[in-house]
Amino acid sequence: MQKIGVFVCWCGSNIAGTVDVHAVAEAMKNVPGVVYATDYQYMCSEVGQQKIRDAIAEYGLTGVVVCSCSPRMHEATFRKTAEKAGLNPYMVEIANIREQCSWIHKDKEVGTEKAITLAKAAVAKVLKNAPLTAGTSPVIKRALVIGGGIAGIQTALDIADAGYEVDIVEKSPTIGGRMAQLDKTFPTLDCAACILTPKMVDAAQSEKIDIISYAEVEKVSGFVGNFTVTIRKKARYVDITKCTGCGACMEKCPSRKGKNEFNMGLNTRTAIYIPFAQAIPNVACIDPEQCIKLKTGKCGLCEKVCSAGAINYQQQDEIIERQYGAIVAATGFKPIDLTGFDEYGYNTCKDVVTSLEFERIMNAAGPTKGQLVRPSDGEHPHEIVFIQCVGSRCTEDAGKGKTYCSKICCMYTAKHAMLVRDKYPDVNVHVFYIDVRTPGKNFDEFYRRAVEQYGVDYIKGMVGKVWEQNGKVMVQGSDLLNNEQITIPADMVVLAAAIEPNPGARDLATMLTASMDTNDFFTEAHPKLRPVESPTAGVFLSGVCQGPKDIPETVAQAGAAASKVIGLLAKDHLVTNPCVAHSNELLCNGCSQCEKVCPYGAISYIDKEVRGPGVREVRRIAQVNEAVCQGCGACTVTCPSGAMDLKGFANRQIIAEVDAICKAQ
Amino acid sequence: MSGHVNLKDTVLEISGVNPRKCMKCGKCSGTCPAYGEMEYHPHQFVAMVDKGEIEKLMASPSLYRCLACMACVERCPRGVEPAKLVEAVRLLVIRQQGQNHMTTDEIPEKLDPELPQQAIVAAMRKYGK
Repeated sequence: MQKIGVFVCWCGSNIAGTVDVHAVAEAMKNVPGVVYATDYQYMCSEVGQQKIRDAIAEYGLTGVVVCSCSPRMHEATFRKTAEKAGLNPYMVEIANIREQCSWIHKDKEVGTEKAITLAKAAVAKVLKNAPLTAGTSPVIKRALVIGGGIAGIQTALDIADAGYEVDIVEKSPTIGGRMAQLDKTFPTLDCAACILTPKMVDAAQSEKIDIISYAEVEKVSGFVGNFTVTIRKKARYVDITKCTGCGACMEKCPSRKGKNEFNMGLNTRTAIYIPFAQAIPNVACIDPEQCIKLKTGKCGLCEKVCSAGAINYQQQDEIIERQYGAIVAATGFKPIDLTGFDEYGYNTCKDVVTSLEFERIMNAAGPTKGQLVRPSDGEHPHEIVFIQCVGSRCTEDAGKGKTYCSKICCMYTAKHAMLVRDKYPDVNVHVFYIDVRTPGKNFDEFYRRAVEQYGVDYIKGMVGKVWEQNGKVMVQGSDLLNNEQITIPADMVVLAAAIEPNPGARDLATMLTASMDTNDFFTEAHPKLRPVESPTAGVFLSGVCQGPKDIPETVAQAGAAASKVIGLLAKDHLVTNPCVAHSNELLCNGCSQCEKVCPYGAISYIDKEVRGPGVREVRRIAQVNEAVCQGCGACTVTCPSGAMDLKGFANRQIIAEVDAICKAQ
Repeated sequence: MSGHVNLKDTVLEISGVNPRKCMKCGKCSGTCPAYGEMEYHPHQFVAMVDKGEIEKLMASPSLYRCLACMACVERCPRGVEPAKLVEAVRLLVIRQQGQNHMTTDEIPEKLDPELPQQAIVAAMRKYGK
């Protein structure tokens, strides 16, 4: 004889505001199987939980239904409560009468009726629940960080510092990422290289960190604590164990027309190249698109001059497979493509550059050795216009740009403007802005210094049109505070282009089964309370791949992601979810449909002797690896013969819920 | 004030524009080729419609200075379409009895055999005084 207790939570006024909680509790008392029903202000509080424990003891409850918020919020809480009172934790069901009821209804009568229906469905389900026991699975004590920018480097350093092994997979030939391209960093104006390169060196020298550069993740399988990752190490045509980074090959290479990615294409590089002087690993890499030897078979000059004998034109991509307990996505960002923003003249006028290009122009190690000159003629500019929000804060129906604020542009534009005025007081600097957003420690003070101390001319308004005329870049825009349309004959224009996640992020998210938003930023498990975890267990987020952020925020988030990884790797075993799939041997027809849809590779087919009423033969049947199954239920809905079922979410339980809802109507 | 609300609703209905989407960046006025000749500039036009100041706009010669080049529509980052608001206010003026800026009697002398008749009617409504 089942004895079910129903506990209706008010959630303050969250539920009680639109659901008559007393009426729900009263109605539930009349439902067959229910021996006790009550309501309380905050069921998740200690007092509320005590009520549940007391009722289990007093009425000998065999099952508990809590009518409250989403199970994502407090299912684990109430399972623990039941367990403390001696009830199997899987004999607890949650009826979500907050997110799926009180929050979406305004009419109390309708809300109450729906809450009763949802509660009845939960009772119908719990009557068919069976006690389940969670198993355990081991944790592989090694982490993978995907992306070797400041986010990935910091995450790896912090994980390594706790004593765990960690690999960094970086798709370009060196780690360092966007930060390595920057000149100075706001708001303190430290030199980016001075604070980044020591971290790069630390990562390279750490015994716990393995940097796998010029490589990409190809495949991810497994689950939290036990991922298997396939990594493609792209052919560099250079043996990294032999190359000393002397650079002799770069001096002799006759192919010099390759676009220099590190300098944002502002100049060219040789076919064999080291991206920048402080690159890690400091070894050369051959660009097969540019290499004359690889394209035509003739040349081979680099091989001749390499005293280390490191050049290997026959090198092939190498595929490696490794096991990890946790994975951190740190894939970073890029500025958006400005095609479609013809009004700013970026594609037609050489002296219109993006902020990242301007960063390289201002950088002492950049294409102009840090001299501020126009890209078109190498002349010193006297009038520079900065335009903010280029492609940020656009609506979807505007047909181009991003809906979000890119967050970092206000501050780096103030930085650029200030640096120009500091180094070249003869240059007039104008900044067109919509709003100047400076929330951050010492950020607004920094921006005000640009205006008050350095005399940067901030103009409230947007630019409508940029065109070339008599060697000048004409900028026509609004000066809203003066209610004027103004035209500035400038020598250079700098566009604060919106930033977007790196293009490979979506493919990676698919491999990781990690969710993304419509802008291709990784989604966090909870926007406030779990900001560095992906909803997929064992996958963590670091840096701009989760949303626009500056360096201090990125470093903070990297540390937070690392601490979550360390917390996971510190465990020897993880408690597994007992709500896993299992196959009924007698019903399975061996069709393989479930094997195909299983995202975790948990299902395999075996030949097994099947015994049943009137049956004794060897059949090909599905078998579930319970340690790998995550209980997603894809197999159960795919199975044409109804052989696959999920513990805790059995087909008959779901049917019972549906029946209860239909009967209630 | 109810009259103002009605006029505003009519303008919003005719234009299909939601002026609340405007983030007041001024790009429309930064791009407008007729800016100098306007009493109310495109960004003000959007703000005034939002505030319900339709009668002021109806009385303003700015209505007939807009070239309907649609540069503001093309470049607005918020998809607000200011030129459609201008057109809607023009239509509002036309819909009022006797508010046409040209009478039919004036048409014959302006007729050019090269010109399609539709263009003449449109021109009369938009630019005639």
